[in-house]
Amino acid sequence: MTVEVIPVQKHIIKPSRGWRDLGLGELWDYRELVYFLIWRDVKVRYKQTLFGAGWAILKPFLGMVVFSIIFGRLAGLPTDGIPGPVFYFAGLLPWILFQDGVSKSSMSLVAGRSLLTKVYFPRLAMPLASVSAGLVDFGLSFIVLLGLMLFYSTPLGSQWWTSPLFVAWGLLASFGVGLWLSALNVLYRDVSYITPFLLQAWFFATPVVYSATMIPEGPWQLLYSLNPMAGVVQGFRWAMLGVGEAPGLLSAVSFGMTILILISGIIFFRRMERSFADVI
Amino acid sequence: MTDTAIRAEGLGKQYRIGSLQTGYQTLRDVMVDSARSALRRGPRDPRSESIWALRDVSFEVQKGRVLGIIGSNGAGKSTLLKILSRVTEPTEGYAEVTGRVGSLLEVGTGFHPELTGRENISLNGAILGMRRAEIQSKFDEIVDFSEVEQFIDTPVKRYSTGMQLRLAFAVAAHLEPEILLVDEVLAVGDAAFQRKCLGKMDAVAQEGRTILFVSHNMSAVGRLTHETIVVEGGRIVMRAPTPEAIDYYLTTGMEQIGERLWSGDDDHGLSGFEPIALRVIDLNGQVVSQVSTVESFDIEFEYELTDSITGLRVGIYLSTSKGERLLTSFDTDDLEIFTRHENRPAGQYVSRCRIPANLLNEGRFMLGVNASSFGVRSYFTDEFALSFAADGTGAPGSQWQESRRGPLRPALEWEILEGVK
Repeated sequence: MTVEVIPVQKHIIKPSRGWRDLGLGELWDYRELVYFLIWRDVKVRYKQTLFGAGWAILKPFLGMVVFSIIFGRLAGLPTDGIPGPVFYFAGLLPWILFQDGVSKSSMSLVAGRSLLTKVYFPRLAMPLASVSAGLVDFGLSFIVLLGLMLFYSTPLGSQWWTSPLFVAWGLLASFGVGLWLSALNVLYRDVSYITPFLLQAWFFATPVVYSATMIPEGPWQLLYSLNPMAGVVQGFRWAMLGVGEAPGLLSAVSFGMTILILISGIIFFRRMERSFADVI
Repeated sequence: MTDTAIRAEGLGKQYRIGSLQTGYQTLRDVMVDSARSALRRGPRDPRSESIWALRDVSFEVQKGRVLGIIGSNGAGKSTLLKILSRVTEPTEGYAEVTGRVGSLLEVGTGFHPELTGRENISLNGAILGMRRAEIQSKFDEIVDFSEVEQFIDTPVKRYSTGMQLRLAFAVAAHLEPEILLVDEVLAVGDAAFQRKCLGKMDAVAQEGRTILFVSHNMSAVGRLTHETIVVEGGRIVMRAPTPEAIDYYLTTGMEQIGERLWSGDDDHGLSGFEPIALRVIDLNGQVVSQVSTVESFDIEFEYELTDSITGLRVGIYLSTSKGERLLTSFDTDDLEIFTRHENRPAGQYVSRCRIPANLLNEGRFMLGVNASSFGVRSYFTDEFALSFAADGTGAPGSQWQESRRGPLRPALEWEILEGVK
């Protein structure tokens, strides 16, 4: 028998008032649970599907094929001088990471209501796990991107090593939006109807099927860069393919917007959290 | 006072009735409501739309004690546990909980149907607050206890309800928190499994951990706890040695009037079966709280099936006021009725039975209900749903002014044979 020394935990339970701290320390204490929730999401994501994890690759691949035909062939939109399939695929990867993260995390609390009403854990863990689980899909399709680049002999951008930064940025954006939507969804189920439209509009406001260089100079560009995903997709493409403008002031605006959404999302989520179990 | 595990002072929890009824609002509801309240003059009184599920609850539990909590449905027991486990916040008051808290709330919470038994053990362990190393070191023990070893790599959705239950309880039972909150885990499962669970909890209690035990199962409360609090209407009405508390709860604590109604928003765990009402009805067709033992009377259980159920049996438990079971009877006990109603389509039903005249002795009796498919699952159980009194005026043998012992006073057929050698 080994004697384990467990520090005595003491919890004070009382009504909370006003604004609370961000609760990130507690989230860290529960990191194993977060790990298991991610693991669960990854495991069940493609259960009982014919293609299994193949969907992680098929989703961006099919998108790429459609865009190549419609936007490349029919509309003839420029692709910064690189082969259309590579251009679209490189844009789709961070976009799908964001899109899946937002749609899955916005549903995470409602889908997990049986847990939420029975067991205590930091509620932030649920949307966080939903967003993070998308990384596995991203990793798989990233390999396909490298294959495509090899096939079309597109050279790897010299700043390729910065790409993880843009992936992380995409995750932060996804988490931030997911926090807002998941907390709102607890109160108003309308969110589950609005989210698809929101994401569709957002898709067209993001340079996935076109190049950000098409946006006219001046105030339009500033407005455009308020979209966090504009910075992410543009930056990721720049890192991997070396096309488009290097991140600059406009990217900083985009990043600032991401942080704003994220921080406000956490604050809003924490504010709503206390009533989750009662109203869900 | 380092040996106090739980100290609660004036805990209260207020729910908005609106949010209880509808479950959730849509944006449109909010807009309509705010438009309406804008038209109405003066501010709305928030209290008129809310109820206190719990009020002024203060108690202390010493480390290593096992405390029972009893009370009728909706009395606030579960709310109290939810507050102590930090699932929901109190509206007022204060509690101090010392030690790691584990909850055994409704077995099966946190299982994912697509994952295998093995995977669900890890996941459920993590959800209940176990460390990864802890889960690994206890893995074999858990599998062993659950008796589902051969199916451990099968998705849980292919498990029978009984297997899921066993697995879930096995995980939860191997938690080692200093404080264990147990809510009605014994409501489902077969008798053998219930015995096993009780045995395990007994063992946990022996190890000196603090347990709060909520149950409708009076024999379980009696066996596991020495001290019990009775909760009624959101308040603690009594804290006493367990037998005393149970007696109080079963007699004076329940003042139903021959009828028990269930509201739709009670959470019964398993869906498909919704109890509506249980009534005691006399020969004139009146709902009564007191019957005459010399007349027959009916027991009527009204319920709704939201899904068709095969092999359903709906029945009653009759117990004494001390909780001793007198009889169990089901509406499909008769083989012919059973075949005719083998599959009950969705809809509203009444199952009625007649308690014959001259069966019961005078006194108080408890009526319980159960709906289950034998060996498959239990849909609903409330062992002590309502109590009624039996008046023995004119009962056999009442020419003697004495009270007869025993819960039954049947009119037996006596013969007196004369001149027998």
